[in-house]
Amino acid sequence: MASYRDLLTRIKAQIDEIGAADARERAASPTPPLFLDVREREEWEEGFVPGALHVPRGQLESRIEGLLPDRSRELVVYCAGGSRSAFAAKSLAELGYENVSSLVGGFTDWKRNGFDVETPRTLSPQQRARYSRHLLIPEVGEAGQQRLLASRVLLIGAGGLGSPASLYLAAAGVGTIGIVDADVVDDSNLQRQIVHSTDRIGEAKVLSAKRTIEALNPDVDVKTYEERLTSENVERILGEGWDLIVDGTDNFPTRYLVNDASVWHDIPVVHGSIYRFEGQVTVFKPHAGPCYRCLFPTPPPPELAPSCAEGGVLGVLPGIVGSLQASEALKLLLGIGETLQGRLLLIDALATTFDEVSVERDPACPVCSEQPTITEYVDYVEFCQAAGRAVGA
Amino acid sequence: MTAVRIPPTLRGEVGGERQVEAHGDDVRGVLEDLVARYPGLASQLLEDGDLAPFVNVYLGGEDVRTLDGLDTAVDGQTIILLPAMAGGS
Repeated sequence: MASYRDLLTRIKAQIDEIGAADARERAASPTPPLFLDVREREEWEEGFVPGALHVPRGQLESRIEGLLPDRSRELVVYCAGGSRSAFAAKSLAELGYENVSSLVGGFTDWKRNGFDVETPRTLSPQQRARYSRHLLIPEVGEAGQQRLLASRVLLIGAGGLGSPASLYLAAAGVGTIGIVDADVVDDSNLQRQIVHSTDRIGEAKVLSAKRTIEALNPDVDVKTYEERLTSENVERILGEGWDLIVDGTDNFPTRYLVNDASVWHDIPVVHGSIYRFEGQVTVFKPHAGPCYRCLFPTPPPPELAPSCAEGGVLGVLPGIVGSLQASEALKLLLGIGETLQGRLLLIDALATTFDEVSVERDPACPVCSEQPTITEYVDYVEFCQAAGRAVGA
Repeated sequence: MTAVRIPPTLRGEVGGERQVEAHGDDVRGVLEDLVARYPGLASQLLEDGDLAPFVNVYLGGEDVRTLDGLDTAVDGQTIILLPAMAGGS
């Protein structure tokens, strides 16, 4: 029976090896090899050869063909000291890789020579402190926090729902927050729109929100769109690339526009709406679950759908609903938990009840079904008015 | 007797009540009983004898359109009437 030593010696005799100085010279040549790091994740996080591809030894055989289909590419495989990489080089040769060498002395020797080392993006000490309560949760942790920092969320509306949603998403470290709103801060907003304040009256809501968010968390990049979302600008704004949309708008035409655009761009929407003491929250994930048109194919006639400006709203209600939207958004970004996809949550603040009803995909949905009948933007104001007229007739 | 949850936009038609009781063996019967007592609800719930397209009716948390529509038998579970709400600001 062979000992580990014997085995390693035998393997090393069957592969090519390269020293750190030679490897560095090859790296600086016009046709540099690809460095392949087969160490564990924790080792990788402490630093690696610049430009190296990281595939832990245990996953090498199963993943390498997908990552590196070109078997003629020159490879320098390394680990910490040169043993794991020797076995890896042998495996790669057996898989048909033609030009593989193992780095003698591994990353340890590379570093000892003072050669360049790259460190992966990690949280700064300030970020570790700021997000410490997230880092303590196993479902978030450092990887999740990095994911949030790299995420992009578009908020439609910087009003009642957009206020708490933007504040909590910013506090959580969502790295890029876009805000679409054409309004200016008005004194009647301040009973509930907590992202604004008295000294902002008359200021554009998007700029007021940006100032508040930047003061709360400098990690967040706020992109402002001081305009009303329309069929004309929706492609430009959504085309900037968003992981999800938080819909906090205040009218039906924009709700239907957001829906159609999100289905065509395949962007999930966290939906919230409020009136007096009652709120509704759900998640629309295009093609995986229902869309807004599956839930409400037709907008109600205007007399059945008064806005908050007409009917009023309890100031704290958007705080509850917008916070739930932020919670759903964070779960979607992190890929954790059960979202409200397929469920509509009904909140009654007066009775303090939370009910839910199920929402199914409509197989005949004009937008998200297999055979859609609406495939381009319509005049959404006209669409909503027509629905009202048809009912009145 | 079926409990029917009334949305805020329709409460004016039922004297401000959040929930009312109605009789009927199926959803149609319950809604017809409601409309007979609160005629103002007629145009808000029904259209040409069918459910108006802009209002959702849930029985036990399920959309009756995914069950047997107005013919869905009621069995003591609460009915929720729900028109869309657009408010957000």
